[in-house]
Amino acid sequence: MTATITALAPMIGRLGRLLAERPLIPLIGLLVGLVGVLEILQPGIVNPRWLGNTIKFAIPLAMLAACQTLTMLTGGIDLSAGTVATIAAFVTATLTPFFGVPGAVAIALACALVAGLVNGFGVAVCRVHPLIMTLGTGLIATGCLLVYQRFVISTGIEIPGFLVWLGTGRTWGLPNALVVFIPFATLLIWGQRRTGFGRLLYAVGANEAAAQLSGVRVWQVHLALYALSGFIAGLTGLLYLGIVKTASLSLALPLDLPSVAAAVVGGTSIFGGRGGYGGTLIGALILTVMATMLTLMQMPEGGRRILFGAIILVVTALYIRLTDRS
Amino acid sequence: MTEAPSLAVLDARGVAKRFGAVVALRDASLQVNRGQIVALMGANGAGKSTFVKILTGALRPDSGHVRIKGHDSLVTSPATARRSGLVPVYQEPSLIPDLDVAANLRLTSTPVDPFRHWVRELGLPDLRLDAMIGRLPLASLRILDLARALAVSPDVLMLDEMTAALPTDLVDRVLSVVRAQADAGRAVIYISHRFTEIAAICDRATVLRDGMTVGDLAIEPGIEERIVNLMLGEGMAAAATSARGGAARAAEQTPRLRVRGLRTGTRLTDVTLDLARGEVLGVVALEGQGQDELFDVLAGNRRATGGTVEVDGRAVTFRHPADAIAAGLTLVPGDRAHALLMARSVRENIALPLVARLGTWGAIPMRDEAERVTAAIARLQIDTRAQGEVRRLSGGNQQKVTIARWIARGVETLLLFDPTRGIDIRTKRQIYALVRDLADQGAAVLFYTSELAEVRQACDRAVVIFNGRVVDVIEAADCDEPTLLRAAYGLTGTRTGPAAVPA
Amino acid sequence: MTRLLANNGWTVGLAVLLAMLLIATKVIQPGFGVSGLDSLGRSALPFALATVGMAVVVIAGGIDLSIAAMMAVASVTAAVLMDGVTGGTSGLVVIAVLGLGLAMGALNGALIVVTRVPDIVVTLAMLFVWQGVALLILNAPGGGIAPWLRGLIVGGVTLPGVPAEWTAWLPRAVVVLAVCVAAVWLPIRQSKLGLRFYAVGSDALAAFRSGVPVGQTRIAAYAVCGLFAAMGGLAVTMSTGIGEPIPGPYLLASVAAVVLGGVTLGGGRGGVLGPVLAVFVLRVVRLDLTLLSVDPNVAAIVEGLIMVVVVMFGGVLAMRGRRA
Repeated sequence: MTATITALAPMIGRLGRLLAERPLIPLIGLLVGLVGVLEILQPGIVNPRWLGNTIKFAIPLAMLAACQTLTMLTGGIDLSAGTVATIAAFVTATLTPFFGVPGAVAIALACALVAGLVNGFGVAVCRVHPLIMTLGTGLIATGCLLVYQRFVISTGIEIPGFLVWLGTGRTWGLPNALVVFIPFATLLIWGQRRTGFGRLLYAVGANEAAAQLSGVRVWQVHLALYALSGFIAGLTGLLYLGIVKTASLSLALPLDLPSVAAAVVGGTSIFGGRGGYGGTLIGALILTVMATMLTLMQMPEGGRRILFGAIILVVTALYIRLTDRS
Repeated sequence: MTEAPSLAVLDARGVAKRFGAVVALRDASLQVNRGQIVALMGANGAGKSTFVKILTGALRPDSGHVRIKGHDSLVTSPATARRSGLVPVYQEPSLIPDLDVAANLRLTSTPVDPFRHWVRELGLPDLRLDAMIGRLPLASLRILDLARALAVSPDVLMLDEMTAALPTDLVDRVLSVVRAQADAGRAVIYISHRFTEIAAICDRATVLRDGMTVGDLAIEPGIEERIVNLMLGEGMAAAATSARGGAARAAEQTPRLRVRGLRTGTRLTDVTLDLARGEVLGVVALEGQGQDELFDVLAGNRRATGGTVEVDGRAVTFRHPADAIAAGLTLVPGDRAHALLMARSVRENIALPLVARLGTWGAIPMRDEAERVTAAIARLQIDTRAQGEVRRLSGGNQQKVTIARWIARGVETLLLFDPTRGIDIRTKRQIYALVRDLADQGAAVLFYTSELAEVRQACDRAVVIFNGRVVDVIEAADCDEPTLLRAAYGLTGTRTGPAAVPA
Repeated sequence: MTRLLANNGWTVGLAVLLAMLLIATKVIQPGFGVSGLDSLGRSALPFALATVGMAVVVIAGGIDLSIAAMMAVASVTAAVLMDGVTGGTSGLVVIAVLGLGLAMGALNGALIVVTRVPDIVVTLAMLFVWQGVALLILNAPGGGIAPWLRGLIVGGVTLPGVPAEWTAWLPRAVVVLAVCVAAVWLPIRQSKLGLRFYAVGSDALAAFRSGVPVGQTRIAAYAVCGLFAAMGGLAVTMSTGIGEPIPGPYLLASVAAVVLGGVTLGGGRGGVLGPVLAVFVLRVVRLDLTLLSVDPNVAAIVEGLIMVVVVMFGGVLAMRGRRA
């Protein structure tokens, strides 16, 4: 047994280094592998229609996972993202009859930004652990949403046309949401490496003390980060509204846990300092394909949850073991 | 090492330990017999703390053995160490702050009456058992730790800097109790920097250097000289580079940095010094004499509780390292783990200060940054691709990266805290040359080093800090190691007091 | 005497606050009486048990985000096993569920110690896992519970030979709470294990140096948390009569109550009485808001706000405490 382990050790070391330096390659491999398994399970399922659908559903997941990716880079997390997205969607749908589309959208995004700022304040100034802070903000936000809902229960709901176009329409077989998503993803991927702010996210996550010694005022970074995360969650809500086409009180909540899983699977370390949005994208695709697979295998909801939890645990434990050694 | 092994209560031989590429211990040994007090000595970085951790079971050695009472050591943790009869008293108190004294005793199954007896003997007759540990002063906590150790009648007692935080009256008590214990048959390992105490109570001294035991001497009058030489290495070749010639300094020039009566925490009591432009000022001190706090305050990482700091004649208070950096004071910390983003690339590490300020959060001017980074890498002769992860670099190159960061930004006043610790000789020389260069270009450099040999090579003058005060100021030409070491131990007796007199 | 007061000042303050709130409740609704106390006790029971479990883990320097999910597992397990079963077997089921709680908590603790992954991450992952397990056992509210268990927490206390009016004001639920907590926590508190919890929470390194088996102690703390989570889950089923696979709002509520109850989030300080009092304070606040005809959703916001403010405050205090 030990002999096998010692023989495997250099391989594991190399795997660890590969994961650390070029995480996208094994991930893409995994994705391709999963698609292959899917084809084996049900021959013929992999076709352009299915591809378009998969991308359509992966997009809101990937956008929400952006919130997680950015916050996880600093060693934090945003568990209020799903709730904030839901609020933005609901507010837009219910206020469009009153204020028109631009007004409603503006108000919805403002709400999302405020939620993010509250999170940022708690994390940056009061030094509350992001997990607990965002849980709490999420709870308050849910309460506000329920109160708000009672006020607008009698008025009509109108879902802006362009959101529906984005959400459900297709051009050349590809979902229209890509019109928004591609610039979004490009901006994130460029920004995380090429802007000062992006660099600081990594720096604060890698070694907050060292960043501070180099003159970084860490509280500023945290405040801006969570505000941004809230804003992105708001955008996600709008997009998701167009896809689902109903103003529901639990709209984006099913995306909450998978968004964390997508970021973790994509190689962003929960401890911070490592990872990036590119991996998260692939992680979101992997999860969406896995969801199809689980449906095909008729796995119950409970099994799905267990799988998510197990994935997060195993991946994080693996990362610790591998990065310890390298 | 002439005692028959069977008499030794603790017998450690040939102990070796490495951490990755770093060899902490090569061949360390230690023997202690019943009724003996053996001093364990060695300069900073000689491997003492690693050795202690191995003896107490916090670490496993790669080779060699440790025998307690004739059995191969089954010590794998502090708990098992106790069972084997070896009880350490660490530098940091191991009492639980949120529990009271009685609870701490219950936690470790320490018998109460012997404990109370020792507490009285050691000079704290008024101690209440319901006193909360977190509220007691450090000196009391150390006494309690010692009393706790004595109460279980250990075979081997290990004291790590026992008297470091104690006032003189308690020191005397402790020394007499320890000596009495040894006379009654206990074995004691005494780790300390204080020669007077060692001369007072120890029977022998084991000296470590570079991870090896280089000497085991009986204590007799005048042994200090031999011990100092052992710690430094007899007949060590003088470094090829000559002493740095102090650049002429205009007497009327406002010093770049002017520190008066600086005070913070428990260890920095009253430091006064001047640092001129174009000067490299060395700082020499034993561990824990206040130099950490001094650098922390100057870097903006810690607030001073008293005293003033002036930069170019302006009084400054730093609330955050960003303030210090804005005033031109940039710190290269001693522990690379504190300074570097290990998981990130060399380029990101070097360019970090360039994106720190809010105004620089936008798009990075990539070409400008690349130029600065490449220039810094070239200047420091860092041996790597800029894209590589810093974690992969050797210690020497990592250290260069921490310095390169400020080169890329621009250096005005550089605070170097032990920059050459654990670095190969070639890189060291490169760093000395760089420091000289920077000073010649007008920067001011404050250079703390635990390696005395390099003071002469890199610095113009040196201040010696002991017990939180500047006790001596020595010109480069006079900075030979024995002089510095004696001053660092406070042995010279010439407490010249705060000397900030420019040449 | 003054020393006793000084050490327990926070708890005493909470008790006084609770008393004042109860008086306020009586003022708002003069008809508030035995039945009101009874329903208050019953609604607070699961929260209080969850809070005690969380308090134990926090004192030992950790946190368990999966507590609500563990409660759900216990709830559905009990409901499924007890459906249609009578008498002695239901007693066995209770014991089995408690054992399950211990096992779940111990698993959490073991994973934390063995994988060296931070407690927040492990318990977050286990939150999903236990949620999934609960759904697998029972994917919709259902199952049943033995009637005698239901009766255990309904109504006021009646003692043979004592007039009902004297004891009826004390809700059975509160008595059950007191018995559960006392039976488990008091012996631990007095023992070395309890000391070890505080030691590890206060300063794990000093504890290690003092010879405390830190890993074992941590696992034990999480196991105790799991035990109380199981009790809480049982309480939920006893209250509603069925098993509930979706975790309730017990996570944030327990964390907030723990902080409000004077336990430092960093560990090593505080007790169990404070958090329990805090739970009742929060429940009475909610009750008063309802009696004042405040929109229940607004009441939820107020509660959420209190919780967040308390946790933020607790964070600031923990920061200060570390500096001192």
